Amino acid sequence: MIEFHLDGRSGVSPYQQLVQQVRRALRLGLLSEGDQLPTVKDVVGQLAINPNTVSKAYRELELEGLVAARPGVGTFVTRTLTDNTLAAHGPLRADLERWLAKARRAGLDEDSIEALFDSTFRSALREETA
Amino acid sequence: MSTVLRSAGLGKKYRRNWALSDCTLEVPAGRVVGLVGPNGAGKSTLLNLAVGMLTPSAGEIEVLGVNPAGPDARRAHVGYVGQDTPTYAGLTVADHLRLGARLNPGWDDALARDRVARLGLDPTRKAGRLSGGQRAQLALTLAVAKRPELMVLDEPVASLDPLARREFLGDLMETVAEQQVSVVLSSHLVSDVDRACDFLIVLVDSQVQLAGDIGDLLDTHHRLTGPRRDEATLPSDQVVITASHTDRQSTYVVRTDRPVLDPSWEVGRLDLEDLVLAYMSRARPGRPETTRPTLEALR
Repeated sequence: MIEFHLDGRSGVSPYQQLVQQVRRALRLGLLSEGDQLPTVKDVVGQLAINPNTVSKAYRELELEGLVAARPGVGTFVTRTLTDNTLAAHGPLRADLERWLAKARRAGLDEDSIEALFDSTFRSALREETA
Repeated sequence: MSTVLRSAGLGKKYRRNWALSDCTLEVPAGRVVGLVGPNGAGKSTLLNLAVGMLTPSAGEIEVLGVNPAGPDARRAHVGYVGQDTPTYAGLTVADHLRLGARLNPGWDDALARDRVARLGLDPTRKAGRLSGGQRAQLALTLAVAKRPELMVLDEPVASLDPLARREFLGDLMETVAEQQVSVVLSSHLVSDVDRACDFLIVLVDSQVQLAGDIGDLLDTHHRLTGPRRDEATLPSDQVVITASHTDRQSTYVVRTDRPVLDPSWEVGRLDLEDLVLAYMSRARPGRPETTRPTLEALR
């Protein structure tokens, strides 16, 4: 079971934040096939958000084929997003940590590191889709 | 029942002042409606009209399909929690539940007892000795245990600390998820009701400025920033809500159903608070112009 949280300053709508958190949990292997998502009632009670927000997020995940609702029981994970890449996470993280250390040694502060990563990530995405 | 509240030209006058005027609304069922506006805007007046404690001076209002102040009023189907969540200070929590059971035909006693136990309220404690948050929860319990179709809550969280606020709203949302009840709740702070509501009504100076599904409202409003430009040059589908200018730059908040394609604008999305503030500032034209003096004028 995972627990949701909302970031009020992110500019991302609450329902999209819920969708992203499930996708991320699937990608990191925190959730796998057969796991149950928190019930709508539990989520709204914990976050004090509108039930429709949660339903909308779960519907979107269902449309993507990631989860399935069993009426009266709950919503369950039907597919994982980890595939075979999970094994590669460790070495990639180690690479990234080495890169971060290098950036700090070069004198970059946290903001500069984040900005550099962000702009590189974005321009790489643009090249891929171009 | 697809509409829980409908009003047309609704108004209420106290002596010579209109506390609410020309209010035309249609609130669909199954929603959590945030009624937002500054203090004294007419929020309580509208809610009191909705529960039949006031009668209109003009126009009409229907709640659950009938006149809420008339002989067919469906009071047993409307749960109301007034401002400052009133309870009887001298009565215990258990007394309140007994009173609720006696006064309400559809009273769900098991639900009331469950809630009281879950919330950790001591049944033998007098309401006057409960904390603000507990008193609010008791008042909400009385409204919920009626098993209403519509709950009307007047500033339910205004007097609560942030933790009690979160708990109260979380608990209210659980009730909505379980019972499919419609809710209208008022607040003078958008941030209080932001996440809990899916329908918004903005009331300023006794007038409804904006009403609609929050998702739709956020999708159809944009902030445009770019080189200074006259309002008359904007496309006709863009309704200007607010405009401010420096000598070089213009910033508009516009409403439009169509995408904004003009490349000279930087188009930004508004959050709910920005949106409400835009309509509030528009409703107060007496305030100083947002146009800043040019450099020449300052010399």
